[in-house]
Amino acid sequence: MVGHDSAADVYTQALPVILISLVAGLFAGTLLGTETMREGIESVPGILLLLPAFLATRGGVYGSLGARLSSGLHQGVIDPHFEWNDRLRNAVIASFLNGMIVSIFIAVLAWGVLLALGRNGSLLELVIILTVAALLSAFAMLGVLLTVIFKGYRRGLDPDNVIGPVVTTVGDVFGVAFLLIGIAVAGVLL
Amino acid sequence: MSAGGDVLHGEDLDDNPTTEWSVSSIVTTLVPLLVALSILQMVSGTVLETFEEQLLENPSLLILVPVMIGTAGNLGSIMCSRLATQLHLGTLEFSPTNPDIRSNVGAVMGLAATVFSLLGIASWLIGRALGGTLGLGTLLLITIVSGMLLAVWVVIVSTVSVYGSYRLGYDPDDTTIPVVTNICDITGVLILFGVVWVVL
Repeated sequence: MVGHDSAADVYTQALPVILISLVAGLFAGTLLGTETMREGIESVPGILLLLPAFLATRGGVYGSLGARLSSGLHQGVIDPHFEWNDRLRNAVIASFLNGMIVSIFIAVLAWGVLLALGRNGSLLELVIILTVAALLSAFAMLGVLLTVIFKGYRRGLDPDNVIGPVVTTVGDVFGVAFLLIGIAVAGVLL
Repeated sequence: MSAGGDVLHGEDLDDNPTTEWSVSSIVTTLVPLLVALSILQMVSGTVLETFEEQLLENPSLLILVPVMIGTAGNLGSIMCSRLATQLHLGTLEFSPTNPDIRSNVGAVMGLAATVFSLLGIASWLIGRALGGTLGLGTLLLITIVSGMLLAVWVVIVSTVSVYGSYRLGYDPDDTTIPVVTNICDITGVLILFGVVWVVL
């Protein structure tokens, strides 16, 4: 009967997605736990402070881009054959801007919280790290998301069902890896 | 009814598809939301920063962080979207004897038990490979206790917010999922480190 799934039914339906997010989280966590990343966390005050906000922001930015493109495809206002029309270009540019603006805001915010906690932090260092990480995330996430949405749609996959797992799986792993690259870049520049 | 509100809402959006897809409208809608979210996320960031020394000493604990954040939000969104759908279908009755509520709660508890047991074992294995010293028993204790506390918390927050949003006349599909996912993400970290603090 509709609406009367047993606990076991719900469990079986939800388990695959939950397990995918477990594996993705373990990848991201393993990157965080590596020697290099731990050294980075130790040498740059504020990395752990901004980590949850940074990861959540990318989920928000690219999850909403995915949902928007998917609705656009379903409504027929976006062509299923990838080409740069105004709507697609606008959506991509907007999500790029969203990612950059909010990431730089997070760097400033984290610096403010560090000061409030009575700890030292370098605003310039945090801004460089997050700019690099947000920029690389944007290229990687846009590439993966557009490929998956358009190729998937043409093969009959409903993008609504794919975006969530893709954004969480790819997002956290890329996010942590690009933070690490950002730390390295800041180390070279400063 | 909220289902009727949904349809009207969709028609409103379709009236001006050109402004809806403009860069400035997307940016001005999303940036304030993400900024507010980031400020909230600083709460869990501050907890992580406070535990920095223990996290660096025990890579197993660092491994737990992204999984804890992700799973908390996932469980919250499963619970909320199921409750919201049942509300729309008219089969939802807020009572502990309701079979729908029971199966939602049972499933969330079962999922949490599965994921957090696996997480305990995986973080122990990976942590050892990365040079950590925390034992399997300790890690399982941490992941299972914090995971089950989290599951109970997810059930409470989801039910209260779906009920609250229904009473206030908002469609829970629009309001509760973003709110609950973020609340669960943040409290997931708080619960995890509450348990870590007690155990270690």
